Amino acid sequence: MSPLLATFLAERLVRLSGVDLAIIVFYFLLVLVIGFYLKRFANTGEDFFLAGREMTAWVAGLAFVSANLGSLELLGWAGSAYQYGIMAAHWYWVGAIPAMIFLGLVMMPFYYISKTHSVPGYLKLRYGSEASFLSGITFAVMTILMSGVNMYAMAVVMKVVLGWDINFSIWVSSLTVGVYVAAGGLFSAIFNEVLQFFLIWFGALLIPIIGLIETGGWSGMVARIQHNFPGQDFTHMWAPMGSFANNPMGIHWTGIVFGLGAVQSMGYWTTDFLVVQRVLSAKDIRSAKLAPIVGSFFKMAVPLIVILPGLLGLAVLPMHLVPNAPHLAPGEHSYNEVLPLMLARYCGPGLLGLGITALVAGFMAGMAGNVSAFATVWTYDIYRPYINKTAADKHYVSMGRWCTIIGLFVSIGTAYLVMGFASIMDYVQALFGFFIAPLFGTVVLGMLWKRVTRWAGFLGLLAGTSSSITMFLLMQKVDPERWVPIFALSPYAKGLAQDMYQSLWSCVTCVVVTVLVTLFTKPKPDEELVGLVYSLTPISHEEHATIFHKPAFWGVVAMGLFVVLQIIFW
Amino acid sequence: MSEKHHIIPVWFFVGLLLFVYGVLIFISGLAELSHPPDTVLSNLHAPVWWGALLIVLGGAYLFLFRPGRNA
Repeated sequence: MSPLLATFLAERLVRLSGVDLAIIVFYFLLVLVIGFYLKRFANTGEDFFLAGREMTAWVAGLAFVSANLGSLELLGWAGSAYQYGIMAAHWYWVGAIPAMIFLGLVMMPFYYISKTHSVPGYLKLRYGSEASFLSGITFAVMTILMSGVNMYAMAVVMKVVLGWDINFSIWVSSLTVGVYVAAGGLFSAIFNEVLQFFLIWFGALLIPIIGLIETGGWSGMVARIQHNFPGQDFTHMWAPMGSFANNPMGIHWTGIVFGLGAVQSMGYWTTDFLVVQRVLSAKDIRSAKLAPIVGSFFKMAVPLIVILPGLLGLAVLPMHLVPNAPHLAPGEHSYNEVLPLMLARYCGPGLLGLGITALVAGFMAGMAGNVSAFATVWTYDIYRPYINKTAADKHYVSMGRWCTIIGLFVSIGTAYLVMGFASIMDYVQALFGFFIAPLFGTVVLGMLWKRVTRWAGFLGLLAGTSSSITMFLLMQKVDPERWVPIFALSPYAKGLAQDMYQSLWSCVTCVVVTVLVTLFTKPKPDEELVGLVYSLTPISHEEHATIFHKPAFWGVVAMGLFVVLQIIFW
Repeated sequence: MSEKHHIIPVWFFVGLLLFVYGVLIFISGLAELSHPPDTVLSNLHAPVWWGALLIVLGGAYLFLFRPGRNA
């Protein structure tokens, strides 16, 4: 039995009734019907890979935030809230909101005006093929591996929560995703993400509502937590971060502000093509700028259905959950089980089916997001520039459809590989992080400074990525006692804190190398950079729009709300 | 969303999903009024009012975004 499987219960957590099964089956049928319906509209490359570039800001914004609202995310962060308290909400607020607003107001115009199909595509236009190829190939490989990890994780959760066979879960879910994404391309993926968004909210929102009724409101919940865990602070976000030793994460506020807020979240939300692709589907530049800001309001609310159930678990569950471990004693539950446990506590027939369908939809939307992004990057950033440059548009659409199917079979292979060698899962998730933080440095420097040269972009990205891998190996494998205090600034720094500082230093390395190489190499002529760099691109600022139609206005409102939340939960 | 292609808006499918789920959950909530399930605070009869909420929201979406409304 793999460690992941063993982190959950040996016996199933819940039993489904007939109405629960009907709810799950209806979801599968509906997404298949939608996939076949949308197939007729996905005929050109722009249709298949960018959903025709006709999505409104609302649809693109919901898909944008939904692409990151997968079930691994829900289960994992609810578990983190049980483990670390409300500090886990940093990953939804400082770790997302400023980056989303920055993407909408500063970076989106360049992605959109350059008419690129992908982030590696932007790098090709801005720097050249070296940086684009490095980014494209790493993204393609990592995306497909992540899809396999997601698939395996879903099968494990279904096995543990419902007692379903792992092979059944893997094949049914992946074939369903394969059919509807190959048919409708990004149209299907986005439609499914919007459905998933509603399912997750309506499936999970009852937990905090009934939970707060049970505890007698927020103050009652806090009192119960203090009673159950005396002497520990689970309900303040910033106050315990004055020193590394004062909080269970072993993190200092500098790690959260600079590592998470300034680098890791900026890297993820502005350069991870899986999420950026959703915004590129917007129908015009105003919608493209507005979509991430629309998404930021919903993102701010997500802790209500993820973090609050974890906190309520601390208050009301009769047992204390334990860290994820290879072997749990009978009757023991791990942190990651807090959401299914709370679901089973409050939801009877019907509502339980809705909650489980929300989890299944989250997993399937995660897979669909990965394979649709993979198909785009493979077709436009690897196949077209390096293998077949002159084919007709129809050929590339056909390649995208085949990539979706092949990508899913590779994902299934990865899922079985992870089943046999569970430690691969940790490596795959870590690998994804290696590229994101330095990529942010490369993209943002390229957008804001026209002097940055072709080789500076490539060598900066390579140096940042290499430094990230080196730090990971030194802190995790070679000699943690020696290297953690050096890179993560304290021997108390735990895994998440180490990630933050690793991101920070790899981005700094990327920026320093990029600047140094720029000073010694020849820049591109200005005429090649029009539409790609801030000083050479005329950007519409919606001068004639009313204030309520201006993305900047809503960006300021979102930032204001974000600051208020920090003060309330300080 | 569908200016170029005249696609049925995604909101219609959202409405369909919420409406069907609302009906299923509402009926199962009514059925368990006399035999509440073994869950905490089952006396609140959450499936009844949650199902009703889904029916109302789903119905509104179905009506507002039905195919052909803006054709």
